Amino acid sequence: MMHRMHIEIEELLKIAPSSSLEGVMGDTPLIQIDALELFNAIKTLKEKLEFTILLDIVGIDWLNYPLQKRERFSLIYLFRHNNFKDTIAIEVAIQEPIFGADSITSIYSGANWLEREIFDQYGIYFASHPNLKRILNHLEFEGYPLRKDYPINQRQICTKAQDMLDELSKELLKKDLDLEKDNLMPLNLGPSHPASHGTIRTIVALDGEKIVASASEIGYLHRGFEKACEYHTYNQIIPYTDRLNYCSALMNNIAFAKTVEEMLDIELPDRAIFIRVILAELSRIIDHLVCLAAALLDMGAQTNYWYLFNPRNDAYDFLSKLTGARLTNSFIRIGGMAYDLYDGWEGDLQDILYKVRKGVDETLIMVAKNRIFQDRVQDISPISPKKAMEMGFTGPNLRACGVDYDMRADKPYYYYDSFDFDVIVGSCGDTYDRLMVRFEEILQSIKIIEQAIVALPKGEINYNDRSITLPPKSEVYNTIEGTINQFKLIFEGIKVAPKIHYSAIEAANGELGFTIISNGSGTPHRVKVRAPSFLHMQAYPQMIEGYQVADAIMTLGSLNIIAGEMDR
Amino acid sequence: MDLSSDEHLLGDSIITTKVDAVIDWGRQSSLWPFVFGTACCAIEFMATAASRYDIARFGAEVLRFSPRHADLLVVAGTVSMKQAPILKQIYDQMPEPRWVISMGACASSGGFYDNYTTLQGIDEIVPVDVYVAGCPPRPEALLDAVMQIQKMLWSEPALEPRHPNFKSIYDA
Ligand code: SF4
Repeated sequence: MMHRMHIEIEELLKIAPSSSLEGVMGDTPLIQIDALELFNAIKTLKEKLEFTILLDIVGIDWLNYPLQKRERFSLIYLFRHNNFKDTIAIEVAIQEPIFGADSITSIYSGANWLEREIFDQYGIYFASHPNLKRILNHLEFEGYPLRKDYPINQRQICTKAQDMLDELSKELLKKDLDLEKDNLMPLNLGPSHPASHGTIRTIVALDGEKIVASASEIGYLHRGFEKACEYHTYNQIIPYTDRLNYCSALMNNIAFAKTVEEMLDIELPDRAIFIRVILAELSRIIDHLVCLAAALLDMGAQTNYWYLFNPRNDAYDFLSKLTGARLTNSFIRIGGMAYDLYDGWEGDLQDILYKVRKGVDETLIMVAKNRIFQDRVQDISPISPKKAMEMGFTGPNLRACGVDYDMRADKPYYYYDSFDFDVIVGSCGDTYDRLMVRFEEILQSIKIIEQAIVALPKGEINYNDRSITLPPKSEVYNTIEGTINQFKLIFEGIKVAPKIHYSAIEAANGELGFTIISNGSGTPHRVKVRAPSFLHMQAYPQMIEGYQVADAIMTLGSLNIIAGEMDR
Repeated sequence: MDLSSDEHLLGDSIITTKVDAVIDWGRQSSLWPFVFGTACCAIEFMATAASRYDIARFGAEVLRFSPRHADLLVVAGTVSMKQAPILKQIYDQMPEPRWVISMGACASSGGFYDNYTTLQGIDEIVPVDVYVAGCPPRPEALLDAVMQIQKMLWSEPALEPRHPNFKSIYDA
């Protein structure tokens, strides 16, 4: 892998003379760059070397880390190349949080919220950032919660919600408008309204029915996932990952477990991989069903809600039979699965696939050629491929713009290259495309599951290493070694040698990635989620400008923003 | 005029009862829920409202998204410190009498989010009538909570404020 990218690395080292190739995170080279040279290096990276997607920015506090670090804080920037295969990481040591680093928002507009988050959580400043303000925590919050010396359970009371007029006025000013003078009406969409999907708030300035400017506020469902990870063992984190995108919990389990497994450098038995593929695709189906059902309901098309929700319920019956829970399954373990499939699963699953297909067919009969539906969603809030990539779009929302990027096809993992399925793309990235891509993806996922059922090999479901997976219960109850083994693994956790790693899968909403920094113990030093919804939401205020309030609701529904994943 | 001894004279056309009883009877099957859905639990609320579990069977299907129209607040999901003032505002906007169901571990106690952002139970903000265990609770459990409220409502005086002495963290 390294040799394929050596030209890019050479180029970067030239631009930034003080930089050095520090190491690799799997197949991703990690380059150390001086804060002063960061801006130019990243500019070159995008404009000359074609790393068009900014994946994530990770803040790190190295306090108490076993290996000596130059500075207490550093940032890791992750970029993906235009070929959708290569990833590069840049690390910048932060000498003084207050001086921080240069903002790269002018290069990648998607960096805006990512930098704000780091400011909010670590107190690291970004020079010439357009709006450096807290984003996840409330404005009355003091201190920086992700710093290692901030006590995890020190809560701070928030007495009132901010009015957001400062951000709205800024947006209006860009267009030379003023609330008072131009007689515009500010209106809050959310945070507590079903059409705002729970906890998302957007304030809009209205000229009649038309939105002329808007700003979004997130963080209402910030639940401290990343900090919690630093206090739990790797397997204890699995239940927390369930609750990121709770519409497809299993996929989060898989993305996390896969990252840790890569750090441990272990290969799963094939049976576990195939079961994971089946469950991941089933989760994708459920996720898309919920998104479509809710979006159509927002539009008043209630019948479709029943058509799509009922098969989803059947899928939940299957999952609760298999995993014991309908929604929050926690079924994956590092190194394998909690259990194997139960007797008779195949018939149950086939039945669900049949019902899902029927639900989708019936819905499409109602909407595909329906004039009202078409008029409501076509040409609403389109986004160009270039803009979408700059904002860090991935998954169905990016494919809707016509960009043929699906990690299952471009960076295949879990034998996805051996399955026969199509990558579905739209044409103009409007609300219609975003919804239709999801309909079609449901059918493709059904196709993958059917192939996986046929190809499912027999054998073990867990990697056979007692320092990673639990011994069988018969051993635990009958031998002293088994008991001790179980005890140690549960209490101390799986030990992961110190390293930095990023890995991702194609989740229902896009590239769901985890950056994990291990420190040799059973608990990670730092976990950062690359949450697709976070980046999609960032584009939302711009996307709805020029459209009506009713369109804005549909756009939000079609982006499928899941607050748990966005706010973490 | 006391008619109780002559009730038989009135035949089938008139029923005499207590005011409390007739009001509670009416309220019982027409609870209008406001769903304060924030997280995963809200997804299970959606399932409860959908056709399989069908909350309409218990007379509570008229979901209102204006708190001024609602008398049953269902808090479904994690409430962060940032969200707390909004929950309080919504509760304050609901007219009396009002009931509160705390759905799930998070709403009831903060769940497994014992950290810097999460409110450790909504009863620090609003008085709770029924707590539902689970993460998330199954739809059946939520239906059971609605039935608990219906039962509870029978034994309460119809015209008196509920929880007059409740203090939230904001009143301290
Ligand atoms: S109780 Fe569980 S399911 Fe409900 S909101 Fe909390 S984490 Fe989600």
